[in-house]
Amino acid sequence: MGEVIIVGGGLGALRTAESLRGAGHSGPITVVGDEPCLPYNRPPLSKDALLTGIDMSALEFRRRPSVEDITWKLGHRAIASDLSTGTVTLDDGTSLEADGLVVASGIRPRRLPLSGPEEGRFVLRTAADAEQIRSRLTPGARVLVMGAGFIGCELAATARRLGCEVAIVALDDEPMIRPLGPEVGAAMRRRHERQGVHFHLGLTVDSFQGDERVRSVRLSDGSELAADLVIEAVGSVPNVEWLEGNGLDLSDGVLVDSSMRAAHDRMPVVAVGDVARYPLALFGPTPRRIEHWNMPTETGRRAGHTLAALLAGQEPDRTPFTAMPAFWSDQYDHTLQSFGMPGLATTIEITDGSLEEPCVIEYHDDAGLVGVVGIDRTKDVLGYRARLAERSAS
Amino acid sequence: MVRIIVDAEKCQGYGQCCFEAPEIFTLGDPPVTHPAEVDEALRDDAERAADACPLQAITVE
Ligand SMILES: Cc1cc2nc3c(=O)[nH]c(=O)nc-3n(C[C@H](O)[C@H](O)[C@H](O)COP(=O)(O)OP(=O)(O)OC[C@H]3O[C@@H](n4cnc5c(N)ncnc54)[C@H](O)[C@@H]3O)c2cc1C
Ligand code: SF4
Repeated sequence: MGEVIIVGGGLGALRTAESLRGAGHSGPITVVGDEPCLPYNRPPLSKDALLTGIDMSALEFRRRPSVEDITWKLGHRAIASDLSTGTVTLDDGTSLEADGLVVASGIRPRRLPLSGPEEGRFVLRTAADAEQIRSRLTPGARVLVMGAGFIGCELAATARRLGCEVAIVALDDEPMIRPLGPEVGAAMRRRHERQGVHFHLGLTVDSFQGDERVRSVRLSDGSELAADLVIEAVGSVPNVEWLEGNGLDLSDGVLVDSSMRAAHDRMPVVAVGDVARYPLALFGPTPRRIEHWNMPTETGRRAGHTLAALLAGQEPDRTPFTAMPAFWSDQYDHTLQSFGMPGLATTIEITDGSLEEPCVIEYHDDAGLVGVVGIDRTKDVLGYRARLAERSAS
Repeated sequence: MVRIIVDAEKCQGYGQCCFEAPEIFTLGDPPVTHPAEVDEALRDDAERAADACPLQAITVE
């Protein structure tokens, strides 16, 4: 039968457990998660839930009956592991042993090593983070968002809706420039500006000012911006420290093959979700780490089957992994939806509408269509998904 | 038979369900249409669709 430990208590953990059961693994499964709660949905934490209130019972994922018998060790953190003996050590000093390991520990927000007071600085990843931020988003509060990625922009939109004064500071020339490109990023910036968000682009925060708590920030051009709270949304760090010393490639998350298996000869190890780096067949051989909500489900499905096969002494499915990255983002009344990898494009084409209105944008690379983004055109974007899937697996 | 319920308050027509289980879900107006019940053989497809819904709007019984 074999015992399985899953480290990380998020969406990827849940989907992998369900997939293990679906693939016929009937042995014990233990999930170690450092948050105190069962897996829940994170995207609303920067959107609806931040706006209207964080109700865990509404955020918790539905779980399939097949995983009712698994053990949830919640509020526990894995701090080390020895794959040669199949041991995972927890923060309370105890250790667990297993025959198979699932890495589902996700990422954490990157924090910049800047001088100045700590109090008044926030990040957003967990429901607890969102609670802390929400209680401070009062009308008139001056909110400074560092970083102009999706989470930074969603936070800015929600803070404006709650009546806060909002400024975004980012080194990039336009918001969401890496996934969307400069033209579409600029079009989204104008939507934010119309809602009263102030952008300070091409700049970084050099230091925080204030005695006990942050009162203002100093920017790289020497200017100073007053702030009641600062939210750092400047990228992520994969949670892999607990895997060090086992010879795995941890250079950017956990490197795995198309079956989601990490290279280790003693113990079957698979990785899923935000922490995993895997080849995505539709977009070439380069392994990629993708922080999109649909990927924990896609990778979890594959990883569960792989691990069940390995534990049963069978060969895993090594056929190309052809999952399609999908992303959506809600900002004010606008919904952005994307399929594929628009960030890989060399040219874009607005095929329907104009950038100031609802529109569909095609993204192309040498091999043709590589991604699509719709602004308030969800239904029209859907049709592209099938076209993208036709990209020959290379 | 497998009962399928889509919470119309939650659903925003993202259409992920229609990709996972095109034989059950169709994009339309209301955003998705589907039979109230489907054959047991389609249970797995229905579950996949429920997994894929970003708003967790689908219940499978
Ligand atoms: C605010 C926010 C908004 C988002 N919005 C969108 C969106 O609109 N669209 C979209 O496509 N995606 C969005 N995402 C991304 C999406 O939520 C993630 O891709 C998804 O949650 C990843 O799931 P995961 O299971 O891989 O990781 P996680 O959900 O991060 O789960 C990992 C879990 O493991 C725990 N953990 C870490 N290390 C250890 C350890 N050593 N021991 C024990 N437990 C550990 C973590 O605390 C966490 O609970 C958003 C994310 C956030 C934070
Ligand atoms: S995936 Fe969910 S939100 Fe999207 S159309 Fe289907 S039920 Fe509605």
